Amino acid sequence: MQYSDRVMDHFMNPRNVGEIEDAEATGLIGNAKCGDIMKMFLKIEDGIIVDAKFKTFGCGAAIATSSMATEMIKGKTLDEALQLTNKAVAEALGGLPPVKMHCSLLAEQAVKSALKEYYEKHDLINDDNRHLFDKLNEDAHDHA
Amino acid sequence: MHQVKRIYLDHAATTPVRPEVLSAMMPAFTTVFGNPSSLYQSGLQAHQLMENARAKIADCIGADSTEIYFTSCGTESDNWAIKGAAQSHQGKGRHMVTSAIEHHAVLHAFDALAKQGFEITKLPVDADGLLDPEAVRSAIRDDTILVSVMMANNEIGVIQPIEEIAAICRSNQVLFHTDAVQAGGALPIDAHRMGVDLMSFSGHKLYAPKGVGALYIRRGVRIANFFDGGAQERNRRGGTENVPAITGFARAFELAIQEMEENSRQLIELRDALIDGILTRIPHTRLNGHPTRRLPNNVNVSIEFIEGEAILLMLDQLGYECSSGSACTSGALDPSHVLLALGLPHEIAHGSLRVTFGRSNTMDDVNRLIDDLEIVVRRLREMSPLYNENIFSVQN
Ligand SMILES: Cc1ncc(COP(=O)(O)O)c(C=O)c1O
Repeated sequence: MQYSDRVMDHFMNPRNVGEIEDAEATGLIGNAKCGDIMKMFLKIEDGIIVDAKFKTFGCGAAIATSSMATEMIKGKTLDEALQLTNKAVAEALGGLPPVKMHCSLLAEQAVKSALKEYYEKHDLINDDNRHLFDKLNEDAHDHA
Repeated sequence: MHQVKRIYLDHAATTPVRPEVLSAMMPAFTTVFGNPSSLYQSGLQAHQLMENARAKIADCIGADSTEIYFTSCGTESDNWAIKGAAQSHQGKGRHMVTSAIEHHAVLHAFDALAKQGFEITKLPVDADGLLDPEAVRSAIRDDTILVSVMMANNEIGVIQPIEEIAAICRSNQVLFHTDAVQAGGALPIDAHRMGVDLMSFSGHKLYAPKGVGALYIRRGVRIANFFDGGAQERNRRGGTENVPAITGFARAFELAIQEMEENSRQLIELRDALIDGILTRIPHTRLNGHPTRRLPNNVNVSIEFIEGEAILLMLDQLGYECSSGSACTSGALDPSHVLLALGLPHEIAHGSLRVTFGRSNTMDDVNRLIDDLEIVVRRLREMSPLYNENIFSVQN
């Protein structure tokens, strides 16, 4: 199993590591038993994600996908961020080994779980965007 | 990226072929290339090389040369011993006993037998990784046909009380197999005195090439053939023997025995310095496996709040090649069955690091590794949502 150069770059020099104290939204996904946990922090102003940070317990791919996901949603509107897919994260990293695809799903879920918190709090969920949160119900490991 | 010095620290995975071993092998590739079953000169010479090798290996493990059978690897030896015993002795019963921490070559062979209706008892080990011989005694029933317990574990290096277990099996007239793949060349082995019936070895763990192994079958022990074919290996294992690798295997084993005392002393120094360095310099770490009843070259630690593959990957970037019991290194979900058998919670088993030293390593490697590991752990913990420095600085 070999990681792409971009995965290695985001693993060795992860972007946006840390926490945001007064984050408008936080998401937590995964569990220690399965070996990966991602925590996302979003700073949101006027419907735009002005900052995103993460903390991840997990393998190289888990750290790299967290890093890439935060890069991909920074500066985006909430609705744009909600369009993030795990495929897009994996592609942006130059691909992931098949056994590591679940890491990109966790990254998508971490972003969406933070957004969900915000959307629920501000009563923004509607029939048009509800389905975009469906991925949160998928089990990245296919079993608990 | 700048070139870093590579430091190989994974000798339990495999070892390089020693120059002395390679040169011992060369004639069997070139001048003495004949088939050892052929009756003309080059065949007879190849046969002689192979029989010399057999005698040497028998000497190394306190056996008779007629009790040594060459195989293609440790996995084949384990499969042959276990499935061969099952097939041969199922008339007596279909129950077999093993430990929870065996190599997959043993565990998966038993899994295959379980699917065929054999009943397998997997005995637990204690928190240090040791199996209580009395547990073996209690597990043996009238229909038990084989006990298989490894001599030394590949992940945590723990050495089992093989002689006691062998004695219990013998007094109950149950066959006893031990996987000595990690023990070969690392620990003194005396097959006859230990009283084992079947014992597996592999070449590439002791500076011989990959693709050669051996099975010791005590004289008089019956097991079904695994490879049907020609009359090689006293009619018990078909297939033209890998004479070059067998020659190298014997030379490597012989050297390992000659140098064992000196080599063990050096390895134990490196091992204990690394264990001590990690446990004293890096907080929230623990040693896995018994501190002294372990292979001279094995270190296995759990490093809390971070994941094993990430540790390996970062160490690899810094030039260190080691291993982990992390699930993420294998694409599996559960971390190492060995670490779980010690009673470690999943999240701690996920963060394990195995270092196995070899002939090329020095104290300088140990000191550099400790320094770099400290940096790697700090960086990964800074990223970890499980780690909170402030909480721990209050506790400490
Ligand atoms: C304890 C143990 N048994 C069996 C094997 C399998 O040996 P081989 O790689 O020669 O098939 C190994 C090697 O990984 C081992 O460590």
